[in-house]
Amino acid sequence: MTETRAAGGEPRAPEDAPPAAEGDVRVPEDAPPDAETATTEPTRRGTLLEARDVHVEFPSRGRRARAVDGVNLAIGEGEIVALVGESGCGKTTLARTLLGLERPTSGSVVYGGAPLDYGSRSLKAHRREVQLVLQDPTGSLNPRHTVYEAVAEGPRIHGLPDEQEVVATALAKAGLRPPERFFLRYPHELSGGQRQRVVIAGALALNPKVLVADEPVASLDASVRGEILALMLGLRDDLGLSALVVTHDLGLAWNIADRVAVMYLGRIVESGPVEQVLTAPRHPYTQALLSVLPESPERVVLTGEPPDPTRIPGGCRFHARCQVLASGRAAEAGVDGRCRSEPLAVLPAVSGAQVACHYAEVTS
Amino acid sequence: MTALLELDDLSVTYRIAAGEVPAVRGVSLSLDSGAALGVAGESGSGKSTLAMALLRLLPRDARVGGRILLDGEDVLTMKWGRLRAVRWAEASIVFQGAQHGLNPVQRIGDQIAEPLLVHDLVKPDGARKRVAELLEQVGLPTWRAGSYPHELSGGQRQRVMIAMALACSPRLIVADEPTTALDVMVQAQVLTLIKQLIAEHGISLIMISHDLSVLADVCDRLAIMYAGRVVENGPSREVFHDARHPYGRALAAAFPTVGDPASRLAPRGLGGDPPDPMRLPTGCSFHPRCPVALAECSTLDVELWPAGEARSAACVHVRAKEEIS
Repeated sequence: MTETRAAGGEPRAPEDAPPAAEGDVRVPEDAPPDAETATTEPTRRGTLLEARDVHVEFPSRGRRARAVDGVNLAIGEGEIVALVGESGCGKTTLARTLLGLERPTSGSVVYGGAPLDYGSRSLKAHRREVQLVLQDPTGSLNPRHTVYEAVAEGPRIHGLPDEQEVVATALAKAGLRPPERFFLRYPHELSGGQRQRVVIAGALALNPKVLVADEPVASLDASVRGEILALMLGLRDDLGLSALVVTHDLGLAWNIADRVAVMYLGRIVESGPVEQVLTAPRHPYTQALLSVLPESPERVVLTGEPPDPTRIPGGCRFHARCQVLASGRAAEAGVDGRCRSEPLAVLPAVSGAQVACHYAEVTS
Repeated sequence: MTALLELDDLSVTYRIAAGEVPAVRGVSLSLDSGAALGVAGESGSGKSTLAMALLRLLPRDARVGGRILLDGEDVLTMKWGRLRAVRWAEASIVFQGAQHGLNPVQRIGDQIAEPLLVHDLVKPDGARKRVAELLEQVGLPTWRAGSYPHELSGGQRQRVMIAMALACSPRLIVADEPTTALDVMVQAQVLTLIKQLIAEHGISLIMISHDLSVLADVCDRLAIMYAGRVVENGPSREVFHDARHPYGRALAAAFPTVGDPASRLAPRGLGGDPPDPMRLPTGCSFHPRCPVALAECSTLDVELWPAGEARSAACVHVRAKEEIS
């Protein structure tokens, strides 16, 4: 069982056509992308946004960096999914790809059952439905635009009628009430939490179905953090909004997400319901991430930094840092050879708990 | 035990065009030799100003009052020459954002050697050896001495900053948000390193952060600041798990424990925003955001009050409880 390098080494996939990616190790759910088969999975609420065997590569100092190296991920209607991993693991690239800001080298992004079309008109429509919330509200707001102008920008681009009402409603939804009081304020007159609410209001003004939030509270003060997370949770409950939250903070996932996907070096290595994955992690990497949280009893501090996406190790991509392999437990289970030489299959986009680890497969 | 550092009614006021900004308003703290103290608070609470004041690193427009006793000697009245000797050699600072603290066009080894040479602690030929030693202590390969900052990752740069702080074997290290910009795993590596260094070398530590859980992990004692004052002070585990001040409780709850059913799908925050230091609320400055405020809180400014063994908190509820018992 070997994973072909075909997808990785292939030239850019032809536009709009789903890639063939023949020979990749695939599980049935992940059958070659086809719009009609998208919603046939029985166990999940309707899938809204999905990455199907997405690969994103960049040239990097004469080599190719495989930032996203085969990812299947689905976000259901009204579902909050946390995408967790260290910097450089490809989580932000994957999020940008789902927004249509980055084009997959191969694989496809499927929204509402239809593969994303990269023509400028359909991209514009896609970005109305799927909105981005960035980490640093100070950086993402123009200091010379009032709150009103900041929130009205999206509706103007998309030519929405009743601009003032749209802006007022969006501000109120984001918890800035009464909205009229904030219309003429400038970002510097607001606190960090209020600025992040303005950014969220800007996203909400277009009535999106999905929010993609990249570290939405990382630059906010501790006491404000909970308020913004509660807002996101409230938007899901009241408006049925789905969200993909990109973060390195497992506490955040525990606070608001239904499902979590742990990413390492371009791949999702473990995913499933938050309760299951975060209280009984099966992948050594997830276990290590959880073990370094301040309250945990026994620490597994991985040495080194995440390896380079231009040089993804053979075998299991985590094997060089894996504490289970290093401690000899993998050898006891008789999988150490496979850890070093046999790549793992790409995990399918299912909602149940799953893990890409030779050791976890034989021991559970 | 003798206190290595003692702050006695420290106050810092910035004078700006619009008026006076009281950033630190009467803080008294003490740090025993070899102990670690965590100072927590959100932006604008005065925690970074406090750190800078310790070594008189504040800008000119800051007016500092009170006393800062380092080994019995008042830092605020030191002569310039003595202050220079104290900086690095007795107390050094690790700043947040390691990428800005290093000179981008100077090799790592030269930057670490600089304080050693300035303080005449080594001859130029001995510097190389000491730099290698320091790099080893912070877990970097010695060949890294020849690298430039951009060739290092964020975690490695923070290690270099720690090596610089260690260079002159100080007795006190002040670390201002040393892990804030780092990834969880790298943060864990740096925290492990800091803990190991204070344990092995008997260095005292003041660590400043907004993340209570990180401070509780590294420090023996915690002081929580709000609007320029310490509102709670005590052994770190107790403060983290059972804060007596409502602000301390809010700060502790902001970072949930994974696996704790109470925080699952229930993020907890604190309404309202940190106060503007130029327009502080009357009475207890926390009362507009306080979930358990009483009518008297808007007029009554409560001082730190004993709240159990080696603990204190500035809250009217704590005072009421102590008066009854």
